[in-house]
Amino acid sequence: MILILLTMVFLLIRVLPGDPVLLHLEKHATPAAVAQMRHQLGLDKPLWAQYFDYLFGLFRGDLGKSMQDYSSVGQQIFSAFPATLELAMFSMVIAAALGIVIGVQASKAYNKPQDHVIRIFGIVTYAIPVFFLGMILQLTLGLGLHWFPVGQRFNPMVQAPLGLNVGSFHFSTGLYTVDSLLEGNIFKFIESLRYLFLPSLTLGLVLSGVFVRLTRSNMLETLRLDFVTAARARGLGENKVTYSYALRNAFLPVLTMVGLQFAALLGGAVLTETTFSWPGLGTYIVDRINFRDYTAIQGAVIVFGIFVSIVSLAVDLLYAYLDPRIRL
Amino acid sequence: MLSSILPGLSTLAKRGLAGWLIIIGAIFVAAIVVMTAISPWIVPYNPTEIPSSPKILAQPSTQHLFGTNDLGQDVFSRVLSGGGVMLQVSILSVIVCLAIGVPLGLFASYAGGATDRVVGLLMDSIYAFPGLVLAIAIAAMLGRGVVNMALSIAVVYIPSYFRVIRSQVLSIKEMSYIEAANAVGAKNRTILTRYILPNIVPSIVVVATVNFADAILTAAGLTFIGLGVPVTIPDWGQDLTNGQRLLTSGAWWVITFPGIMIILLALGFTLMGEGLSETLNPRLEQ
Repeated sequence: MILILLTMVFLLIRVLPGDPVLLHLEKHATPAAVAQMRHQLGLDKPLWAQYFDYLFGLFRGDLGKSMQDYSSVGQQIFSAFPATLELAMFSMVIAAALGIVIGVQASKAYNKPQDHVIRIFGIVTYAIPVFFLGMILQLTLGLGLHWFPVGQRFNPMVQAPLGLNVGSFHFSTGLYTVDSLLEGNIFKFIESLRYLFLPSLTLGLVLSGVFVRLTRSNMLETLRLDFVTAARARGLGENKVTYSYALRNAFLPVLTMVGLQFAALLGGAVLTETTFSWPGLGTYIVDRINFRDYTAIQGAVIVFGIFVSIVSLAVDLLYAYLDPRIRL
Repeated sequence: MLSSILPGLSTLAKRGLAGWLIIIGAIFVAAIVVMTAISPWIVPYNPTEIPSSPKILAQPSTQHLFGTNDLGQDVFSRVLSGGGVMLQVSILSVIVCLAIGVPLGLFASYAGGATDRVVGLLMDSIYAFPGLVLAIAIAAMLGRGVVNMALSIAVVYIPSYFRVIRSQVLSIKEMSYIEAANAVGAKNRTILTRYILPNIVPSIVVVATVNFADAILTAAGLTFIGLGVPVTIPDWGQDLTNGQRLLTSGAWWVITFPGIMIILLALGFTLMGEGLSETLNPRLEQ
């Protein structure tokens, strides 16, 4: 599937009207300059040769050269990726946690006013543009109340978290929250969380609606089952019944949804990153669009695709592990 | 015409919540369409002209209901006339999706075998991909403008139509009335258009309504990263994008009003989709 997508993106860049080199250089380029650039990027070879070059490059982690400065696209993406990963993970945690808590509430208050309000919340989160929500949060919690910084990934006055340094041994994940802990610097950890909070909340809120809806309908079904009634009959508290009996069973479909929503999450991440000047892959793509750097766009799109595939594979494996009825 | 709509409305309202969702959604959408259509005659100020003695970033007041933007243009007038781009892009992209997705889904799944597998695999790979990222890549190649935005959105959403149609055709195909039609020698084309298509129209309507909402949000997203229409055209997405630079000066009115309009339009379609799917597939919702 990754291969199909990769081929599609490859063809898309080359077959759609508009030669990338001409588009990049715009109208004022001399034919010689165009030919030279084509040669440097290997775009003068026949299509199939370019395709195999690209495939083989990809296996080595080489995503081609940037049209802007001929630097390695792979390296640029590699350095932008952790920021996106960190944002994606935190947003997913917020979305799932919010969604599950609110969804359970809705199912307990089935058909009462609280339930209706929660359903409206679910529908509205679906209709709100993620960058608009981001700006509103920036205006209120950021610029208005000064609780959180409104942009960037880390305090520019402080050195970014370094990761683990023992003698000459160096290890860093690129995830600032993890790196600051590895460094043993609590101040940096809190600081990176403060910077992470608004973007993750934005993206998490937008996605939480799906989880609310799913948790609600699964809980409604589970709460009717015999084993729940049996648990109640044994005199267990309502919270214990809801959370440790019913929710456990309603959780598996929610986990599947985490995998399915990951693609939507990454789409939203592009806009969230742009809103908050978060230096991840999304901001990278948008920057490169302004430079008309097509090799870089192609590389970033493919990395997004691979990322989504890996996550859905991981979710499938986790599902099989958690549900003993499924064996691989 | 009104006399034929009103009984329809009361039947809808009798369907309970689902009916009301459709009615409220339709009212939102209709109101925005009408507002955009008559905006040239009702705007208090010219939405595109830059005034000669501009009041820059004026707060909302009786003179400028929604305040003014950084060029001194009246935000209220721009909100009234700014829906055109979103509506055009979403309508156009839904038309393209219908024109390609429906026949593709019908033929591939009815033909079965290798055709179905190849098309299905292609559609699944697009479907699994972050839609907005793909739309961004396509729009970046095609360039700015309403048609290009609509095309790049359509590519991303065709698989949704394909999947819904495919699953329905696969089950309908096995029914005995199709077998009977085959037995009496009906042509494949007749079976597809006269026997199968009418049965899947309801599902297509639901997908299309949801697609409208998605198209609006995707269009807003494309505009936000600079792949929208030129700045001279009043557009909510464009105003929102423009307003982000002005946040630090506290000009909340520049983004709030166009943002709310986008939400209302997308909400209208979402409510309609919600109501329709509940009415047409009563089993799905509780």
